[in-house]
Amino acid sequence: MSHWLIAPVLLPALLAPLMLLFLRKRLMESRVVSIASCLGLLGMAGLLMAQASDGTIQTYALGDWRAPFGIILALDRLSALMLVITAILALAVMIYAVVTGLDRKGWHFHPLFQFQLLGLNGAFLTGDLFNLFVFFEVLLIASYGLMLHGGGGARLKAGVQYVVVNLVGSTLFLVAVGLLYGATGTLNMAHMGQRVAQAPVGDHGLILAGGLLMIAVFALKAAVVPLHFWLPRTYASTSAPVAALFAIMTKVGAYCILRFTTVVFGDGAGALAWAPAPYLLPAALATMLLGFIGVLGARNLRHLAAFSVIGSMGTLVSAIAVFTPASTAAALYYLPHSTFAAAALFLVVDQITRRRGDFGDALSPSPVFAGAGPLSGLFFLTAIAVVGLPPLSGFPGKLLILDAVRDAPGGWWIWGFILGATVISLLAFARAGSVLFWKSAATPGEIKAAAPSAPVASALVAAGLLAVLGALTLAGGPVSAYLNATGEQIYEPGAYGGAVLGPG
Amino acid sequence: MSIEFLVATAVGVLSAAGIYLVLRGRTFPVVLGLAFMSYAINVFLFASGRLVINQPPIWGKDVAAYTDPLPQALVLTAIVIAFGMTALVVVLALRAYLETGTDQVDGLSETSGVVTLPPEETSALGRGPAPSREVGP
Repeated sequence: MSHWLIAPVLLPALLAPLMLLFLRKRLMESRVVSIASCLGLLGMAGLLMAQASDGTIQTYALGDWRAPFGIILALDRLSALMLVITAILALAVMIYAVVTGLDRKGWHFHPLFQFQLLGLNGAFLTGDLFNLFVFFEVLLIASYGLMLHGGGGARLKAGVQYVVVNLVGSTLFLVAVGLLYGATGTLNMAHMGQRVAQAPVGDHGLILAGGLLMIAVFALKAAVVPLHFWLPRTYASTSAPVAALFAIMTKVGAYCILRFTTVVFGDGAGALAWAPAPYLLPAALATMLLGFIGVLGARNLRHLAAFSVIGSMGTLVSAIAVFTPASTAAALYYLPHSTFAAAALFLVVDQITRRRGDFGDALSPSPVFAGAGPLSGLFFLTAIAVVGLPPLSGFPGKLLILDAVRDAPGGWWIWGFILGATVISLLAFARAGSVLFWKSAATPGEIKAAAPSAPVASALVAAGLLAVLGALTLAGGPVSAYLNATGEQIYEPGAYGGAVLGPG
Repeated sequence: MSIEFLVATAVGVLSAAGIYLVLRGRTFPVVLGLAFMSYAINVFLFASGRLVINQPPIWGKDVAAYTDPLPQALVLTAIVIAFGMTALVVVLALRAYLETGTDQVDGLSETSGVVTLPPEETSALGRGPAPSREVGP
């Protein structure tokens, strides 16, 4: 039993309270510790990914209590991948927040950030349903603080809605846990999968209700239609680095849908096998369409970015909802792409907004602003990534999804929606770019805006995220080899359960 | 009347009241609704381990029947989290009210029935470790 497995949870869990206690008013030291922690997490995630890539599923029994009685952390290829994505995104966002001085705009930014990472890493590692609830709460509570960071009336208003929606979601999570525990008598997901397979027919209704309610809660986190309504306002009113970090929060929902369905409602579940799938696919397709129509209809840049998150979640969940190894591998290629592309979009939008003075992020022609040239290039590249055009990784991502779902039931629907949504989003981003940069070039006048702090460094962070996307494309071969192995591992019957519960 | 009927009715009534209140337009009923929903879920979680009377909570070799201790641990965790969250949402709602002058959850300040505080009261209540602000969109 390697103790490295719990390190990504322990490190932020130790640092956050220590920073609260000893570094309350020391901004520079907090920044150093925070960035060092992000680097440390990246190193650990890389190490764990290297360990997981040989196909073994490591487990860590907390307090050495045997499964299914104790809480088990499990690390397979999928968990390792999510840890690496989280670590890369966290590092970029943290650097951006530091260079733009967001962490000066209120108290406790750095401890909250570490608590957020604690919740994210824990949610990706745990194999226990109630422990997942606890980690969800940790990441949500931290996200409330981060979302409100910096204050302001509009942000508070959106914050109240965000908190209320998520509290209702947490209540439903508990209802689902209670139903599943009542019907199966266990909280360990792998054990629950075995119990579901042996459940008498009379209990199927209860299990199905609990399982679907659980999927509904994950869909709320993943902003799947009709549970998407909280996202645009939240993401549009919070600060840009926090919105960029939240790009991983919707992916937690997608990860949980994938993990929960394959472990509990997998092939072994008999009559209940893949029960959530028929509900997920139509919802995901509707999400894709609604998201990209929202992008087209957006009247300011932040809403445009927020709706593009919804659209990409639709694409991702539609690939996940097919539940085959190939489609899951394709979805997992698209997952890091959509995370980093969305984060880059929020950061670029923030850079543009800061330079436009009173025009802010409104999609209307304004006089040329300082640094419009380089920023137009960045916006262009980000738009290419979000829409899914070559040469960035959105293109191979969508291509892999289209290829993987060809023979699946409903595959042609996915083809139609993905291609249609791509056209819509292409139109939307072309319109936004031409209004912002071309029409502005023809508008006379002058913009009065204070020079943004650290213009080069902050733009470089966004460029760095785009470089990650480029690397994802260039390293497409090795990455998809890893992801194909991930897909195989997820669908290998009894692999996860055998590792978590031990032989016998 | 069986205890199952009583508990099920209590959960049902609490949930119904909670859902109705959460769907109201202003923050105070919504907060109350969230509290009702968390009460309902606490009782429900407790019942998910089956309702057993007068039995020890821990299994032993000489004990034939026992009550399931796990849901009780779950309820304890859920109570703590719900309590903290209710406190947070109260503070947040108050803060949003003081800062925007309206207690509508969806922010329509023109709606009738909105109470606006006189300015001196706002400043008295709004004092605190206010961080420097960034104006939202």
